[in-house]
Formats: sequence, structure tokens, C-alpha cells
Amino acid sequence: MNPELIKLVEEWKGKDGNLIMILHEIQNHHGYVPRELSLELSKMLDIPLARIYEVITFYNFFKLSPPGKHLIRICMGTACYLRGASLILEEMKNILGVQEGQTTKDGLFYLDVVRCLGCCGLAPVLMIDNKVYGKVKKSEIADILSKYIKEE
Amino acid sequence: MYEKTVLIKDTDLRREDKTRQAYTQFLDHLRQNDQHSRIQVVRVADVGLYDKGLVIKVLPDRITYANVQDRDLERIANSLCENKEAIKDLVYKPKVKQEKLALRNCGKIDPENINEYIACGGYLGLKRAIFELGAEKVIEEVKTGAIRGRGGAGYPTWLKWNFACKVSSEQKFVICNADEGDPGAYMDRSILEGDPHSVLEGLIVAAFAVGASRAYFYVRAEYPLAVERIEKAIKAAYDYGLLGKNILGSSFCLDAEIRLGAGAFVCGEETALISSIEGRRGTPHPRPPYPSIKGLWGKPTVINNVETLANIPQLISKGGKWFAQIGTETSKGTKVFAVTGKVKNSGLVEIAMGATLREIVVDLCGGTLSGGPIKAIQTGGPSGGVIPQELLDTPVDYENLQKLGSIMGSGGMIVMDEDDCMVDIPKFYLGFCVDESCGKCAPCRIGGFQMLNYLKKITEGRGELNDLIHLKRISYAMQKASLCGLGQTASNPVLSTLKYFENEYIEHIVNKRCPAGKCNHLITYKVIEDKCKRCGLCSTNCPVNAISGDKEKGYSIIQEKCIKCGRCFEVCKFKAIYKK
Repeated sequence: MNPELIKLVEEWKGKDGNLIMILHEIQNHHGYVPRELSLELSKMLDIPLARIYEVITFYNFFKLSPPGKHLIRICMGTACYLRGASLILEEMKNILGVQEGQTTKDGLFYLDVVRCLGCCGLAPVLMIDNKVYGKVKKSEIADILSKYIKEE
Repeated sequence: MYEKTVLIKDTDLRREDKTRQAYTQFLDHLRQNDQHSRIQVVRVADVGLYDKGLVIKVLPDRITYANVQDRDLERIANSLCENKEAIKDLVYKPKVKQEKLALRNCGKIDPENINEYIACGGYLGLKRAIFELGAEKVIEEVKTGAIRGRGGAGYPTWLKWNFACKVSSEQKFVICNADEGDPGAYMDRSILEGDPHSVLEGLIVAAFAVGASRAYFYVRAEYPLAVERIEKAIKAAYDYGLLGKNILGSSFCLDAEIRLGAGAFVCGEETALISSIEGRRGTPHPRPPYPSIKGLWGKPTVINNVETLANIPQLISKGGKWFAQIGTETSKGTKVFAVTGKVKNSGLVEIAMGATLREIVVDLCGGTLSGGPIKAIQTGGPSGGVIPQELLDTPVDYENLQKLGSIMGSGGMIVMDEDDCMVDIPKFYLGFCVDESCGKCAPCRIGGFQMLNYLKKITEGRGELNDLIHLKRISYAMQKASLCGLGQTASNPVLSTLKYFENEYIEHIVNKRCPAGKCNHLITYKVIEDKCKRCGLCSTNCPVNAISGDKEKGYSIIQEKCIKCGRCFEVCKFKAIYKK
């Protein structure tokens, strides 16, 4: 058994409706929810694996496969959409060669589309890891990405 | 510690920013009078006014000077040095005034310091509730204030509280709904990040009124800073005896904790939110029974929106009568709007109910980005509708927006100009709702999908006039038969655009043309010969070699080959590519 998981479950065990919170903690730690941990969790909490998976697959936030090293989130909120977010997404897909929800072959980037990042004043917005890029232009994307590639 | 703070910013966008120059000048005046240790001068990035020349704001006096000339700088500096009253002829008089209730402390206090909140009159509402009023009178006070839910539907808050209060149960719950999923709205995030204690105080008062012993914050996981600030606020409240056992020495006990959302729009709906807190899939349940009677774990539960709760402390401490003075006959208080889209100064605006759309979008936010006319304003997010430009003088309240086929919603206000297509916009929103539909009930799951297909068909130039009839029929069926608010309102964007912009749909269907030039399939690109300088940039940039010609003969686009990517339109430096 995974000692961290045991500790986590102990902390939440007495509380009602703990499943989502535990999944959050697991994803925070691993970047996704690994199947082995779901299996262990099902035993520890004494609930069927199907119950855990129905929750994971319902919510957009939880992932079942490891994301790339850098998480790219492109905002598709209304404000960003009106100011040309779809062009940004298109360009991103062209450069990275992946569709939304996929990791690049080198494992460096994971491309995600989100509903709203809550900074509509800066539309169109994209986020790489925890850095927000506002008022992004299509022509700037290659530049932004190159910074992360150079770091390698 | 400085006695006064002076904020300074040049708001004129057309000229070079003179903030630094004015800042130095102002500071020099203070130095000459030896007052610079008493008065602090700060250059800021935004003072909330635009196109008003040099703006100087004096805090804590809240005096604003706009269009300040160089010669006036000295007068203002001197008046400050000598502690004189504001210089009346320079004071800025706004045409429309914002009124800050929910945002009263945002940006003014340190949100992570409970003492600053208390110094601004914080937790006085709770004190009055417990020691002066008692549960029943708190509800009475909220009834007098007539505040309605700020999350969307506008249900009277006191009614929710009253139902839950009247039910006898050994345990009751209160929940703060901070699952702000509406794309284009971020007022709840701003309140939680800027003034978490006001929401917490509201929640404690609500718990006291209905007799709840446990409170939950249901927050989006996408708002990590908000989560962190609420966590800190809860901890501080425990330390100060405002949460836990025997709050403020009374017999009232309450525990509070945070539960995280996980990216599901439908969880903003009360019954789905309850499922999610219980650790299950966020699918809604039929109502009645309403959550006020049978909610979380089958116990009476009151769910209020962030902005509603942020208003409660003042409503209680200053009284319902005071609150009811603000706003219109049916909608009391203020509302925070997130004005975004094609608007010059996007941001949050808090204004008394009853202000017109024009006042909000044109007078406060400066109109469209391009300076051109507004085509429409969309309110209420995916559940709302569009309001055309000719109705901009409508006073905003719950009833008026509903009459126009839209809703107040959580307060998102999206400005659209002539480049926005009124078939594309509902397609965008419907795409959102189809994506976020939980799939439990058929009208929403199937209806939304079919409607989206019709809209796709129309925007791709395959539409028929009959499609409009189908769209309307499905819309009505979804409104009547869907289980929760998501499905019931998902068709609003379609119905409202059909109501006000039907000719634009017809243009797409009959003439196969998109007047706004947005729908890719219906656009044609052409080279305007008179403007073309024959540089060949378009031809080299075309990914499919659809531009033929050379520098001698000029260029033209071969329509059969063109994939309408718009690359030529973007690269042409002479605006010689025509798009329609």
C-alpha cells in the first residue's frame, strides 16, 4: 500500500463526501489519477472501483493519463472567443502537432482547452503552468513556446 | 505609516503616458513643503477612469481629480499639505456613479488580514444578528431588504432562509455557491480574492438564521488563490471565536470547511452542487423537494451565491430599510457586472439596479473597442440572451431582462460589435451547454445536440428555412421538459438571436452569406486590384497555393482551391484582400 495514500485517507476517512477531495489531493501530487491508486483507494474506502471512475470521468478536472511537463491551457470563455481565441488554439495545434487533450510526442506540452480562467479583461488569455499570458496575438505563440523549449 | 495616499495615473491613451512626469512634479511639491513622509504618492496602472486626462485620487478621503493640468498639480499638492478641503472646481463629477456594496472592501483592505476587515466594520452584522435580532428577526430584516439571489434566478433570499428555518431537523447546512462557471464572468472570484471575510460573515449569519451547524464553501478548483484566501479567512475566524463552539460567547456553534469543484458547469445548479459535495457525479435531481427542505444528505440546506452573501453583513448591520432604498421597485441593492468582449475598458462594475445598459457599457466602460457601434450585448452567459443595440436604454433589473428574453444571470455582460455573427454566438454557447450537459435527462442531452447540428448546418451554408422552425420547436421542448436550469435555459441564446436578428439567420440560409464575415464556409476572399501593390506576399504565404499570378500581371485567388484560412488577409500590408 502506498503510505502517502494511507495518510491521506486517514485524514479524510471520517468526513462525508470525501471522495472528490481525495482525488484532488492525488491529482495535485501526481498530475493525474493513476489506476493503481484508484484500485487501492477503492479497497481502503470500501467502495467499488466503478464509483471512483464514474466520478473521475464526470469531472473535466481529473485526468487519467500523465500530462506533459508543461500544461498549456487556452481559455475558450466568451470574451476570449470573441477576441479570437479559436485562432490561437488553431495556431497552437499547428505548432505542437497535437489536438486538445493530448500530450506532444516529446512529452513536453499538454494542450488543454478551458472554459474560463477568470481574467476576461486580458482576453484572449492562455496559461502555461501557472503563468498567465494576456492579450495574446497569433504571431506571438511561437515565441512564447520557444522559451519553454530552450529551457530543456 | 502614511496619513494619506495619493494615486496618480495619466488616463489619456492618445498621448504618451505622462504619469511619471506628473508623479515627480507632485512629489517635488510635497518635498518642498516637507510633507513627503506624511503623504505617500503611488503611480498606479489603473484608477478606474479612462480618457479623463491626468487623474489624482486621494485616499482615505476618496477625492478624485480628473483632467488635472500641470498648473493645478501645485494647487492640489498645497491643499493636501495644508489639510484643506477638496478643491471643488477640480473634483471629478461622474455622469454615472458606481455604488460599491459587494465590492466595498476589494482593493482597499488586505484580504488575508482579518483585523483590516474588522476595522472596516466587519463582523458587526454578525454581532447585531446574534445579540440584537435573533434568528427570526434576521430573516425579517433580510425580507425588508428584499435582496434576491445574485447567482442567476433572482429568488428572494429570505424565502430560502425561511423555509429552512421552519423545518425542524437535528442538523441543517448552509453552502456558499462559489462554482462560478459562466464563461466571461469573474465577479465571485474577485470578491473571494479581495474580501473573503465579507462572504464568510454572510455565510455565518445565514447559518445563524436557519439554525445550521455546518457550513461549506463550494469553490472551483480553477481558482487556487480564492481557495487559499478562504482557507486563511476560515482559520482566522476560528482563532477569533467567530467560528467553532459558542461563537462570540453565545450558544451558537458552527463549523466551516471548503469543498472543491472539479470543472463541471452544471454543479452551479443547486441539486447538482449537493451531489458533488456528497462526493458523487454532479447530476441534478428533480425539484421539489427543494434543498431548503431536503438537501445535503437529506437535511435542510440553504445555498447562496457569493455576491448575495457578501451583501448580507451590511444589510444586517445597517438594516433592511437602508438596503431597500437602493435599486428599483422589484430589484433591490446593487449588482456587480463583468463587462467584457469588444469593449474598450473591460472590468468589473458595481452599480445600483435600474441603471441602463447604455450607462454601464458606454458611460462607464467607454463603448466598443473599435469606437464603432455596439451590435448587441449578451447577458447571463450560456443561459442568457442577446439584447440588441436599440434596447440599450432599458434599465437593468431581473424583470426587465427577462422580458427581453435574457436573464440577469451571474452578471456577465459581453459586448459585441459589427464583426460578431449572431448565428455563430449562439452556436458557441450551445456548444458549451452540449459539452457541459450531464446527460441525465433526454431533452437537454438530445435537444442540445440536435440544435447544435442545425446551427452548424446553417453556418456551413447548408441551411434551409425549415431549420428555423425546428430550432424553435426544440427550444420550447427543452425549456418545458429539461430537469434543471442548464437545459431549461440552454436555448435562450438561440431564441433571443432568432427574435432580434432573424434576418441574419435568413441571410445565412438564403443568400449563403455571413454579414459579419465570421462563418468560414460563407466567406470569400478576393484581391482588390486597385489596392494591390503586387508585392506577392499573399501568394508566398498561401498554404495551398491558391493565389496565382506574378509581380507583372498581379494576383488573383483561385476560389476552388481556397481553404479560407485567412492567411492572405492577415499578411497583406495594403488591405488589398477583400473578405465577405
